[in-house]
Amino acid sequence: MEDKIRAYVLENFLFTDDQNALVDSESFLEKGIIDSTGILEIIGFIEAEFNVTVEDDDMVPENLDSVNNIVAFLSKK
Amino acid sequence: MCGIAGILNKNTNKNVSVDRLKSMADAIRHRGPDDEGYYVDDYVGLAHVRLSIIDIENGRQPISNSDDTVWLIFNGEIFNYLELRNELLSQGYQFKTKTDTEVIVKLYERDGLGFVEHLNGQFAIALWDTVKKKLVLVRDRVGILPLFYKVENGSVFFASEIKAILKAMKSSPAMDMAGFNQTFYGWSPLPPNTVFEDVKQLLPGQMMVVDKNGMQLKRYWDWSYPESDQYIDSSEDEIADTVEQLLIDATKLRLRSDVPVGAYLSGGLDSSAIVAMIQKYGNVKLRTFSIGFKDKGVDETRYQNLLIEHLDSSHSSLTCHNEDIALNFRNTIYHAETPLVRTAPTPMYLLSGLVQKNKYKVVLTGEGADEVFGGYDIFKESKIRRFWSKNSHSVFRSLLLKRLYPYLDFTKHSSVSYLKHFFGSNFDKSEEPYFGHMTRWDTTSKCQDFLSEDIKRIGTNEYIEMLNQQLPKNINKWHVFNQMQYVEARGLMSGYLLSSQGDRMLMAHSIEGRFPFLDHNLIEYVNRIHPNQKMKVLNEKYILKKAVANLLPSVIRARKKQPYRAPDIPAFDNLIGKEMIASYMSGDAIKKNGYFEEKKVEMLVNKAHKGKAVGFKDNMGFVSILSTQIWHDLFVNK
Repeated sequence: MEDKIRAYVLENFLFTDDQNALVDSESFLEKGIIDSTGILEIIGFIEAEFNVTVEDDDMVPENLDSVNNIVAFLSKK
Repeated sequence: MCGIAGILNKNTNKNVSVDRLKSMADAIRHRGPDDEGYYVDDYVGLAHVRLSIIDIENGRQPISNSDDTVWLIFNGEIFNYLELRNELLSQGYQFKTKTDTEVIVKLYERDGLGFVEHLNGQFAIALWDTVKKKLVLVRDRVGILPLFYKVENGSVFFASEIKAILKAMKSSPAMDMAGFNQTFYGWSPLPPNTVFEDVKQLLPGQMMVVDKNGMQLKRYWDWSYPESDQYIDSSEDEIADTVEQLLIDATKLRLRSDVPVGAYLSGGLDSSAIVAMIQKYGNVKLRTFSIGFKDKGVDETRYQNLLIEHLDSSHSSLTCHNEDIALNFRNTIYHAETPLVRTAPTPMYLLSGLVQKNKYKVVLTGEGADEVFGGYDIFKESKIRRFWSKNSHSVFRSLLLKRLYPYLDFTKHSSVSYLKHFFGSNFDKSEEPYFGHMTRWDTTSKCQDFLSEDIKRIGTNEYIEMLNQQLPKNINKWHVFNQMQYVEARGLMSGYLLSSQGDRMLMAHSIEGRFPFLDHNLIEYVNRIHPNQKMKVLNEKYILKKAVANLLPSVIRARKKQPYRAPDIPAFDNLIGKEMIASYMSGDAIKKNGYFEEKKVEMLVNKAHKGKAVGFKDNMGFVSILSTQIWHDLFVNK
């Protein structure tokens, strides 16, 4: 799961396949990886890839703002 | 409009080469296809290509005074030339022509360098005083018309477009790193920077004098706002009436022409107001031009049609398909002479082509209203952000942003954390004049992620540092709304909207644009109106809407502001676009020029091909990369 999410972020926001370019605990917001439209892309990816629904209440950085956060969020789903 | 070019020769042992001047003029022939003229002596060469609009028969330039000691070329129009001419005639001055050009010459004879104070117009002027051996270059107050220069071995080369200066150079041009980086931050370099190394531009409202004392640069005009309570103390109705009258005067002046005058009509408040004024107060047949988009997300045709019917205008329009943008993008870059972060200039290029096809040479447009009256969403966003910064923990305050940007409203709940990060940053800078612009700049600067490591090492941005040096000393005494207006007018408006989207796209098809909202008498009055009457709570351009209320249907006045946009990445999702991507954005092409990181570009292109490149960074990055590659091919490789 981590690998898929990391690969997605690296490919679509950092435009690199260098695995060292992103640490799983790094905040996307702090690192400036996503802009205001990027949130919509990440949610779209999560829903399509992992067959879950991201509810309104779920759309907080605690659930979406790093690879680790997304993994933890999906584990609860 | 026209085109000017010239050389002030350091080596006065021989005349300036006429062939060299002609090659400069040839490069900007599109600005003046109707006529050309030259002046050469031991010190100076002046070249002029003419778009004949006033005094068709006798208006060839350069124009001199009666004893040929003062020579002048200019690009632009002096709209109050008739009044100035009458004044000069009454003072005993005599004229050979009926042109506005000659009026400038006589004003210089009368007032010296003070001549510019009397001009109401748009202009780039080059004046040569043969007795004082003085070259004077002047750019209009707000930057409607361009004027570039380069100093090489003590000689000064100047022109309306950089391509003319390049013709006179022996060496190949190179990218100016500061200008390049600033483009991917503020959308254009901050003057005097350009994207060409060693080529500079006059600031709006600036004069250059070159004489035996050297080169001096002087600002003769700048945007200026009241300090504290020095606003106009009249009723709202009185202010609206004055605004209306000033706008009528500005529009009527800009209808002065010996050739027919048309107007752009976007369907928004500003161009609609101008067109309505032409119909009511101008003694001309109403002729309008507009562009629609196949992409319904950015199309405004419905409102254009409403106005056409309301005003009974003779109208021409064209529909811009995505492939039209791809097909004409290279030409756009050739005329803009700079990398771009948006494709938006290309439809404007197509629109001026429509005007030319219909044999018109002049159009009035609504540019400038949003800067003068505070109409952009960024002004509202800034108001909300400043309000929010006073209590940064407030959820309610942050939610106001969703009223402004519907795409943020993807949840019933706040996502306050995300709102806070994207829009609630830099609260510590809420007192800075550029606070309102930081969100836009931060978003644009994401393009720099695609730069190669070499360029990142060399490149310097220093946008804010440079801007701070150019801000008026008393700006912090102005209302924050006015501070923001200043930054917008001096930055995006003159650097991008009036140039890459304005003059350059108009002149590509030999069309002169005229801008009633940028009449300096109107500007100076409106600048003294209290910001609360420009933006009433979040109702933008409130006083303008009141001033033109009796001219326009309510549906136009009440229309939600729709910023002009053109499709970016989707514009290249066709055969022509794919060929361009393969040619300019291939790994080899990227690597060869060295501006961008090859792998990152490849992955962005892949994302685009999959139809997943939807974000701001994707679109701006894509257009930045493609336009830079094309720019390099057009100007550096050549």
